Amino acid sequence: MSLHGKIYERRLVWRHRIGLIFEWVCRIATFLSLGILAVLLFSIGRQAFGWLGWGFLTRSNSYEADQAGIMAGLIGSLWLVGLTAIMSVPMGVGAAVYLEEYAKPSRLTKFIQLNISNLAGVPSIVYGILGFTVFVRMFGLRDRPERFTCSLGFAQFSFELPLGRVVLSGACTLTLLSLPVVIIAAQEALRSVPPSLRHASLALGATKWQTVRYQVLPAALPGIMTGVILSLSRAIGETAPLAVLGAAAQLSFAPGRIRSIGDAVQHPSKILQAPFDQFTAIPLQIYGWINEPKAAFEHVAAAGIIVLLIVLLLMNGTAIFIRQRFQKKIRW
Amino acid sequence: MSSTGPIRRDNQSSLRRVFSWQRLQEEAIRFLLFGCALLSVLTTVAIIFVLVTESLVGIPPHTAFFQDVSFSEFFFSTEWAPQFSGSQQHYGVMPLVCGTFLITGISGLIGLPVGLMIAIYLSEYASPRARSICKPALEILAGVPTVVYGYFGLRFVTPYMIMPLFKSMGFSVYGFNALCGGIVVGIMIIPMVASLSEDVMRAVPNSLRESGYALGATKFDVSARIVVPSALSGILASFLLALSRSIGETMAVAICAGNSPNLTLNPFSSVQTMTAFIVNVMQGEVVAGSTLEKSLYAVALVLFVITLVMNLISQMVLSRYREVYQ
Repeated sequence: MSLHGKIYERRLVWRHRIGLIFEWVCRIATFLSLGILAVLLFSIGRQAFGWLGWGFLTRSNSYEADQAGIMAGLIGSLWLVGLTAIMSVPMGVGAAVYLEEYAKPSRLTKFIQLNISNLAGVPSIVYGILGFTVFVRMFGLRDRPERFTCSLGFAQFSFELPLGRVVLSGACTLTLLSLPVVIIAAQEALRSVPPSLRHASLALGATKWQTVRYQVLPAALPGIMTGVILSLSRAIGETAPLAVLGAAAQLSFAPGRIRSIGDAVQHPSKILQAPFDQFTAIPLQIYGWINEPKAAFEHVAAAGIIVLLIVLLLMNGTAIFIRQRFQKKIRW
Repeated sequence: MSSTGPIRRDNQSSLRRVFSWQRLQEEAIRFLLFGCALLSVLTTVAIIFVLVTESLVGIPPHTAFFQDVSFSEFFFSTEWAPQFSGSQQHYGVMPLVCGTFLITGISGLIGLPVGLMIAIYLSEYASPRARSICKPALEILAGVPTVVYGYFGLRFVTPYMIMPLFKSMGFSVYGFNALCGGIVVGIMIIPMVASLSEDVMRAVPNSLRESGYALGATKFDVSARIVVPSALSGILASFLLALSRSIGETMAVAICAGNSPNLTLNPFSSVQTMTAFIVNVMQGEVVAGSTLEKSLYAVALVLFVITLVMNLISQMVLSRYREVYQ
């Protein structure tokens, strides 16, 4: 073998060795991040062990660590995410349908698209400032809040303008925050519907809206729902915007002062009143407990985190279930 | 001849835009959907309006922040003490910006290389089975709320990792420190870098890889010298997006890194970032119309502009990149 060949052979061995090292470094990096996840869950679970029980879920907060509970935050978070869903899903899907189905590739469309992807990257705290100015304070138009009462016959509720630190302000802020993510997710789902479906519908004489309403949206629905649930689960864990709104960290009542399901059924006005009542949310309570100087509260915070993670797990599980269940049925 | 007349008239009437309820409904729906899409533009306009009217140009009865405090004091003075009154009050944003970039820098040192290596592993080396394990795990890591990372940093990273390691080396480490904030934010951006970079690397056409192998390249040569360079602009865009996220990150930093605005590059001391300042002030009661309140908007404007520029650049790079390989 020539000298060249020998050098080449020796080099090749080294090149393979370097390749192997590189592969293992990358592999270790990947599994390191999985390890971090495990350590995170384990360390929080260990801190929370023994503090998480039925009592923790049903009590409201207390100055004594072992009497503290997450009821107010849990129900507040559910109210928030429910109202956010009611507002952000129709608007987000509507915007996505416009951009994917109706819009012609013009400069305006391009601008809206760029704008949406930029909004998705705006720090959540800026949304908090926006919500504080627009919803909580309403640009300071009135110095003192004015109370209005609205009666529906069977029930009545009252609200203040400016809204103040109420559930509705929080939900509006979270809507603005989650809207870009919902739009992007819905757009991806709509894009995955094959154009032949639209062509067939249009060829049969359906109008644009009929095509969208009866063909495209049903076909894209599993994808849209998965994306929506994932972005709502992102919104439920948001702390910064709600903290900036000035929402209380700890409250002793659920929004609308609803004490039980029976209470809500017997007094329907409490349900109507809830969006206009003060609120707290799970992440806010956790933040409050972390800042608590008493050492025992670190366990309470860990228990709260476990509750939050379980709520997220349930939501993500639903999203994955929908994805698995419906994607198999459709064959293009 | 005689039959062409009526047919032509039919064609004309179908081409003419006659009024029908159906058509009106279609137009109304189109208009409504357009309104939904325009709402996002409205949100941007509202953000800019709110931030600018409170910090740059006030609406007449009110004054804006920069009409109370001069530009030069805000950007060049090195002390940040807005809560005090009188001569002790200082509005130099430098400590906040410095704290923010210190934490962003640390998080970048940790998050970017690890994220890139994960992306290379997932796109070049991993078997489909390994991918099916790693991708959902990364999604979970991305979905963990930031307040949880904050708790993890405060109760685990600082006492069990930073303290034992650096105390034994003779550093004086504070309970709240920038290093912990940086590490935690670095962990947070790993999934983002990994998934975005993996997307651009998978978009590199296989023909490039195959021609590399045909020339006798090893797997390492192909991934490090062909795939990464040809996906470089996309990777850099994902880095930029991740760094802009870590600049805007709030809760983890507010919990881990403390709340003392020090102008320092010492990672073991407590710092305050722009976001942490906003959250910290808004926790208490702020007097409406006070300079302290307006300073929140000025800081938020700085934050918004920095992240907006970084996002815009990376969006443009990413969209151009998509066009190149499709």
